[in-house]
Amino acid sequence: MDLFEYQGKQFFATYGIPVSPGDVATTVDEAVAAAERIGAWPVVVKAQVQVGGRGKAGGIKLAGDLDEVREHATNILGMDIKGHTVERVWVEEATDIAEEYYASFTLDRSAKKHLGMLSAEGGVEIEAVAESNPGAIAKIWVDPVDGLDEATARAWVEEAKLNPGATDGAVEVLLALYRAYVEGDADLVEINPLVLTTRGQVHALDAKVSLDGNSEFRHPEYAEYDATQERDERETAAHDKGLQYVGLEGTVGIIANGAGLAMSTVDIVSQVGGRPANFLDIGGGANADVMAGALEVINNDPDVKSIFINIFGGITKGEEVANGIVQAMGRVQIDAPIVIRLDGTNAEQGRAILADHESDTLISKPTMLEAARAAVELAAGR
Amino acid sequence: MSIFVDETTKVVYQGLTGSQGRFYGLRNRDYGTQVVAGTNPKKAGTDVDGIPIYASVTEAKEATGATASCVFIPAPGVRAAVLEAAEAGLELVVVITEGVPAHDEAYFFNKVKRDFPRTRILGPNCPGIISPGKANIGITAGEIAHPGGPVGIVSRSGTLTYQALYELKLQGIGVTTCVGIGGDPVPGTSFIDCLEAFQADPETKAVMLIGEIGGTGEEEAAEFIATKMDKPVSAYIAGVTAPPGKKMGHAGAIVSGGKGTAQAKMDALAAAGVRVGQNPTEAGQHMVDLVKELGLT
Repeated sequence: MDLFEYQGKQFFATYGIPVSPGDVATTVDEAVAAAERIGAWPVVVKAQVQVGGRGKAGGIKLAGDLDEVREHATNILGMDIKGHTVERVWVEEATDIAEEYYASFTLDRSAKKHLGMLSAEGGVEIEAVAESNPGAIAKIWVDPVDGLDEATARAWVEEAKLNPGATDGAVEVLLALYRAYVEGDADLVEINPLVLTTRGQVHALDAKVSLDGNSEFRHPEYAEYDATQERDERETAAHDKGLQYVGLEGTVGIIANGAGLAMSTVDIVSQVGGRPANFLDIGGGANADVMAGALEVINNDPDVKSIFINIFGGITKGEEVANGIVQAMGRVQIDAPIVIRLDGTNAEQGRAILADHESDTLISKPTMLEAARAAVELAAGR
Repeated sequence: MSIFVDETTKVVYQGLTGSQGRFYGLRNRDYGTQVVAGTNPKKAGTDVDGIPIYASVTEAKEATGATASCVFIPAPGVRAAVLEAAEAGLELVVVITEGVPAHDEAYFFNKVKRDFPRTRILGPNCPGIISPGKANIGITAGEIAHPGGPVGIVSRSGTLTYQALYELKLQGIGVTTCVGIGGDPVPGTSFIDCLEAFQADPETKAVMLIGEIGGTGEEEAAEFIATKMDKPVSAYIAGVTAPPGKKMGHAGAIVSGGKGTAQAKMDALAAAGVRVGQNPTEAGQHMVDLVKELGLT
């Protein structure tokens, strides 16, 4: 779950990471009121979107007085940045920057340890630095059992060759950032830029935070972040039904049991020249209730021209799966034709049940490849 | 032979008294697995269909000689459950539970590796492990696996593994052991751990590897295959068309920052001499061909 900058800064602040005083606004009047409350000039008005390149797109503006705040907020709210509509702005006191750094923590899946990255070259994409000047990134691997101690953090800061005046402040920020990363259950915490101000303070000027949805049970605060997630309507509907859904842009709706099989189904539809409309994993069981919910979600996608149901029966036997599908179809008025591939335990019995219901709009195929071809053909013909 | 588990493996089920634990624990016992105990501190002294319940893994081990555990505990309790099994000195801890926080996984993986190096964790978020005809620990449907050999299977995905087992069975090809390493970011057992064991197992003659997007496990496996293995390998990787930055059902199945793509994994495996299928059926066919080429059917 990716946070907006303003949420990331509020998250950082709770762990004692210095951020600029500011407020979030969804209307021009709220933005003006936020600037009045800050009471120090100039302020920055920043578009809140989860995509890079806001500055270039005109989504970050400096304002010297309330009129300018009004002008910039009017322009930025509602602006489209790379397909994302700006619904909120963050207004904060401007910072006098002396130097810009980069700091982050994430999991190194290969090393199975936490990876900290720190660089004196901040304010640009870290991937670009990694490419042009990899020596400028100081890395440490933190064993989750040991955690990060002050001496290690200090040695790390020295290795990154920040301005010596920033050392103490950077050590403090990094220790707090590690604590935010672990205690907040983040997949990623990134400060870019981490700045040294002209007054000698070290300060987070931006915040990129991605939280681990699996940790929601011990973080009541996640509910608030979840409510502001940018999801398309289809994803929201699926999310409400507890289904694993990812919206894509094609015309073949996909339902499969198991994440691997669902990914594989999306792949095979593409391989035979079709365009998948979604990834949808209904989990192991494939009973009538879950199937009906999945069909509703797919059916509400106006772009779907055909539906490919791909089920492998394991412990749930073929005939139970087939009965579940038939029942579900009786409960949902389906607009698009359906192609079913059923395989696994008692697949024959399952296919026999489906055969009784076969028609122009319900077709059963024995293999993934044949089913994918049929679904793609049906989508193309409508 | 088989790897990691066989008919002598005695298993304690952590969470046997819950609905999932009971359902699969009893199925596993019906398959022939030695399901010797369950744990639940509040229900010690009772039993589940004749399987005794103990207050802790240590007590269960002392009473029954259990060597492995299977964890069906809900996600919030998994970290404590894994550490409890490791502290009790079990050799294998199979974690079926889905939705375990990544920070918990990273913690218990490193803690167990350092303090209990004899304990192997499998999972979390995995279907378990089956040595067909000998033992089935987890949620795999035992009937879709053909016993014997010569194929070993290692996989990050449940249903795709079942598909592979089933297709081999239809061709009359047996499996020594099928290991589901799970779809999470910090798998306790890696592809390499399994490849190493399969390479050392005399009855495994060929290996099928099923991977998916995210992480670098498949690339590391390719390196191992190229340098340390002489047994042939076929592979399939799911998620070629997955959009970047999206978790595709599994917590670990995500392409981030251009890394972890299916294409990169397929290229690495192909360069290591692995026969890579474009879809699960093609990968299954590659394995059938390999077995025939070895003169084993």
